[in-house]
Amino acid sequence: MTSSSRESFVSTLLLAFLLVPSAKDASAIPAFARKYGLPCSACHEAWPKLNSFGQTFKDNGYQLMNDRDAPVWQNPSYWPMTMRVTPHWHYESQGRQTVDSIPGDKTSPPIEKTINTSGFDLTGIDILTGGTLAKNISFLLVPSIDPGTGTVGFESANIRLDNIHGSAWLNFKFGKEELDLPLSEKRIMTLSNVGGAYELYHFVPVGEPNEFFSFGENQLGVELMGHSLNDHTRYAFSFISSTNGALGLPGGRTYDYYAHVSQGFMAGKLGLQRVGAYGITGFNPTVFLTSAGVPIPGTGRRNRSFYRVGVYGNLYLGRLDFTGVYQRASDNVFIANAVAAGAPLPVGAQGPQWNTGTLEAHFTYSPRLFFIGRYELVRMAKQVLATNPGDLGNTDVVTVGYRYYPFMHSRAGFAWHQEYATMRLKGTSSTGLNQRNSSYFMGFDFAF
Amino acid sequence: MLTSRKISFLCTVTMGLGLVAAVAQNAGISSGYPTPKNDFTYAEQRGNGLYLRYCVGCHGVLGDGEGENAAYIDPKPRNFTLGQFKCRSTPTGTLPTNEDLIETLKRGITSSNMPSWRPLSDQDREDLVAYVKTFSPRWKTEKPGAVIHIPPKPQVTPQRVKAGQALFHKLECWKCHGVEGRGNGPSADTLQDSQNRPIQAFNFHDESRFKCGTSDQDLYRIFMTGLDGTPMPSFADNVKPDEAWDLVFYLRTLQPMNTTEKQIAKQLGLKPINPEAAPAAPLQPQPEQLQQQTQPQQHTR
Repeated sequence: MTSSSRESFVSTLLLAFLLVPSAKDASAIPAFARKYGLPCSACHEAWPKLNSFGQTFKDNGYQLMNDRDAPVWQNPSYWPMTMRVTPHWHYESQGRQTVDSIPGDKTSPPIEKTINTSGFDLTGIDILTGGTLAKNISFLLVPSIDPGTGTVGFESANIRLDNIHGSAWLNFKFGKEELDLPLSEKRIMTLSNVGGAYELYHFVPVGEPNEFFSFGENQLGVELMGHSLNDHTRYAFSFISSTNGALGLPGGRTYDYYAHVSQGFMAGKLGLQRVGAYGITGFNPTVFLTSAGVPIPGTGRRNRSFYRVGVYGNLYLGRLDFTGVYQRASDNVFIANAVAAGAPLPVGAQGPQWNTGTLEAHFTYSPRLFFIGRYELVRMAKQVLATNPGDLGNTDVVTVGYRYYPFMHSRAGFAWHQEYATMRLKGTSSTGLNQRNSSYFMGFDFAF
Repeated sequence: MLTSRKISFLCTVTMGLGLVAAVAQNAGISSGYPTPKNDFTYAEQRGNGLYLRYCVGCHGVLGDGEGENAAYIDPKPRNFTLGQFKCRSTPTGTLPTNEDLIETLKRGITSSNMPSWRPLSDQDREDLVAYVKTFSPRWKTEKPGAVIHIPPKPQVTPQRVKAGQALFHKLECWKCHGVEGRGNGPSADTLQDSQNRPIQAFNFHDESRFKCGTSDQDLYRIFMTGLDGTPMPSFADNVKPDEAWDLVFYLRTLQPMNTTEKQIAKQLGLKPINPEAAPAAPLQPQPEQLQQQTQPQQHTR
C-alpha cells in the first residue's frame, strides 16, 4: 500500500466523520408529539430510538390510525415543524497522522504525530417537518443547515401514499429518504465524531479512492413498504438512483436495489424480538465523459457493481436490548482501484470483500436515562491489492455513552449526552502502523 | 495549557459525575418514573411506568383525564377516577372486565384521540389495566359485572330489518340519532356526558366503526350494556335478544358499507321513519320471500 492511498483513506474517514454529525434527521419530532398529545416516550424508547409503538406509527405514515390523522383535525395554528441542534464540547484525537516535521515547510520530511483538538462546537441544525397532507398521504421534509457554512441541504424530502387500497401491506414513498435499515443511522443514539456513524454503512477498504456509496445516508428513489397490522412482519423494497443521495444527477444513469424483510415475535415479558435480512446491490460508473479533461456530471458509464448483504437480530430482555448485525460486502475490482472498466488493472488488483459485525446494546434504565454501548468490527477478506497485508484496514470501534432527559412531555425534547468512542485501524498509518482515533463528546441535545 | 492526559482525565471525571447525577435523579424508579411502592403489586408498579410513558399526556398523572393535552382534545380523555367505562361486556352501572379494558387498548377508540395500542405486548396491556384500576376506589369495593350473553346471530331477513326499523322508532333512538341515523335528532344538541360536557350522537352514515368495536356482536353489546357516562342507555330491560338483533340489522342499513342489510333495505324501498306516525307493524313474511332469505354474510367494510 502506498503512502498516498493511506492518506486518501484516512482523509476519507476524517471527512466522513466531520460530515456525520450534521447528518442526523428524522430523529425525534416533537411536532408529532404535539399533534397527538403524547409524550416523547410514547414513540421513543428514549429519543431518537423508536420503540415498537413508534415504529408502527412511522410505518403507518406518521399516523396513529385513530381518525385524527388528517390535518383537518388540527388547530389551524399547528405547524408541523421541529428544530434540532446540539451545542456541545468535544475532544478529538487522531493517532499517527502524517505531518510536516517543520510546520509550514512542505519540503521537510513527513513524520507521524497524534493530533488532539478540543473545544466547543455545534452540530448542524435540522429542521424537521413532517406529518400528513391528508389521511393516508404523509410527508417528510428535512432542510439541514450546515453549521460551518450556513448552507442549507435537503436531508429528506419525500411523499408517501399510505395504506393503499386500505392495506397496510402497500405503502409507496417517493423522494429522498432513509432506506429501511436494520439500524437507523438517522436515529443513531451516538453523536461523537468516531461513534456517530456506523462502519456497517461507511467503511471503505484501504486503497479505494472514496466512499462512493453509503446506504446509511438518505437516498433518492422510491420505496414500496408493507407491514402486518401489529408491525411484526415487515418488508421494504427500494429502487434508488446510483447517486448516493446527491442531487443533480452527478453520476451515471443506473439504479440500485435494496430489500429488507424482518419478522418480529413477542416473547412474553421479555418484549418484542426481531430477526431480519437485507441486501443492496447497485452500480457505480468507472469513467465519465470529459470536457477539457473535466468529468461531465451525469455521464458516468462502464458501470460496475457492488453489494452489501446482511442478517440481524434485535433482542429485548426487558429494559435491555441488543442488536447484532452481520454484513458481507464487496466492490468490483474496477471501482475499488479507480480504473476505467476494461482498462489494465494494477498488479494484484482484486475486488475487495469484507465482513462487518455490529453489536449494539442499550439499557433503558428509564425513558429518562438511557445507556448505550456498541462494538463494531470490520475484517477484510480480500484486499484491494493482493499485495496488501491481509489485515490492512481492519477496524475495531468501541462506543459507550448515556443520555439523560431531565423531563419528558409532548412539547419538546431535551437531553444531556455524554459519550466516548475509540477506533483502531490496522496498519493504516503512512508507515504501516496502527492508528487510533478517539472522540469524547458532551453536550445538550434538544428539539422543539 | 491542558495536556492530553489532563483532558482525558477531566473527560472521564465529567462523564462519571454526569452519570452519577443522572442516576441520582432517577433513583428508586421502576419503568422510568417515580413509583409509589407502598401497596402496589408488581403489575401495578410496572403499569405505572407504562402509564407515564404512554398515557399521562392525555389522562393525567392522577388519572382524572386532565393531562397536559386534555384541553386540546375533543372528546375529552376518560376520567379513570370515576371508574366508569363506555366499552364493557357487563351490565350498565357495573365495572368492566379486564378483558374489556384490554380490548379497548388494543382497538383504540374511533372518533377520538385514543389510538390502538396493539404494538404493546400483552403483558404491557395487562399491567396498564392493573394500574388504571388503582385510580378509582370502586375497584376495591366492587367486582366486575357478569358478562352479558350474546345469542348466536340469526339470519338476516327483510322482516327483521323492518322490525329493527320499527324498534328504532319505538325506542325513540331517532331523538338523538335522527330519523336517518345521522346523529342530528331533535335532542342531539342538548346531549351531555356524565361530567356535563357536550357530546355528539353517533352518525351511522359517516362511520363504519363504533367506539366499542366493529362487529355485529359489538353493536348488539352496545344496546344491551349502554355506554356508561354518556346519554346512551342500556336497553337490556326493554329489548329482547331477538329484537336487539333486528335493531342491529336495521342500523347496518344506515352505515356507509355495502352490507347485506343495505341490499335488503334497497329491495324493500325502506324510507326513513316518520316520527309523527305510529311505529310500523313488523312485515309478515311471504312464502316467496322466505325462499329468498339471504344467508348471513360477512360485512364488507
